[in-house]
Amino acid sequence: MANLENTATVSRRSVKTAASPAGSLATIAPIAGWLFPGLGHFIQRRWIRGLLLMLAVFIMFFAGLGMQGKVYAFNTGDLLDILGFVGDLGAGALYFVARAMDWGAGNIHRAVADYGTKYIVVAGLLNIIAAVDAYHIAIGKKK
Amino acid sequence: MIIELSHYNAALLFALCASTVFGITQRNNPKDMFRYGAYCFVLFAAGVIVASWAMWLIKH
Repeated sequence: MANLENTATVSRRSVKTAASPAGSLATIAPIAGWLFPGLGHFIQRRWIRGLLLMLAVFIMFFAGLGMQGKVYAFNTGDLLDILGFVGDLGAGALYFVARAMDWGAGNIHRAVADYGTKYIVVAGLLNIIAAVDAYHIAIGKKK
Repeated sequence: MIIELSHYNAALLFALCASTVFGITQRNNPKDMFRYGAYCFVLFAAGVIVASWAMWLIKH
């Protein structure tokens, strides 16, 4: 009986020890991936995937700014503006830098500027997908 | 810096970036990732062409 309890305690300890690094990675990877595109993959040594994800999000975000797209600020007005803010926020540090530097004022006189606004929102949404992917890798759901 | 892109080029750049992320995140091994990314890109690009012809037909 005592042997069984000891075995159970040891196996619980080993499970805890084995699960702990993966558990912390499962928390850190998506947050890192959200804050800086691709970082969630980099910290798990998925270099090429991380680089491609980073390039895709960076290119979309900065192409959007280059097209004079709008970066949404926090607002409680129109529903589409609120959703735009949520999408933009997905880009993590890129969003905060853009807000801090006062980029993304928008330009209603250019049709392509509206594309730019959508580019910036979609860059944020794609970054969230990438962060979720980093989480799936961390928990072992994906290789 | 202001980027001047035509609507079609803007749509292609969008398709390239979005399909890269879709390919990497929605499949498990590199070969499948590439194939799925290429599939998404073709669908995006073909969708743009079909939508533009549809709009042209509606107008005429």
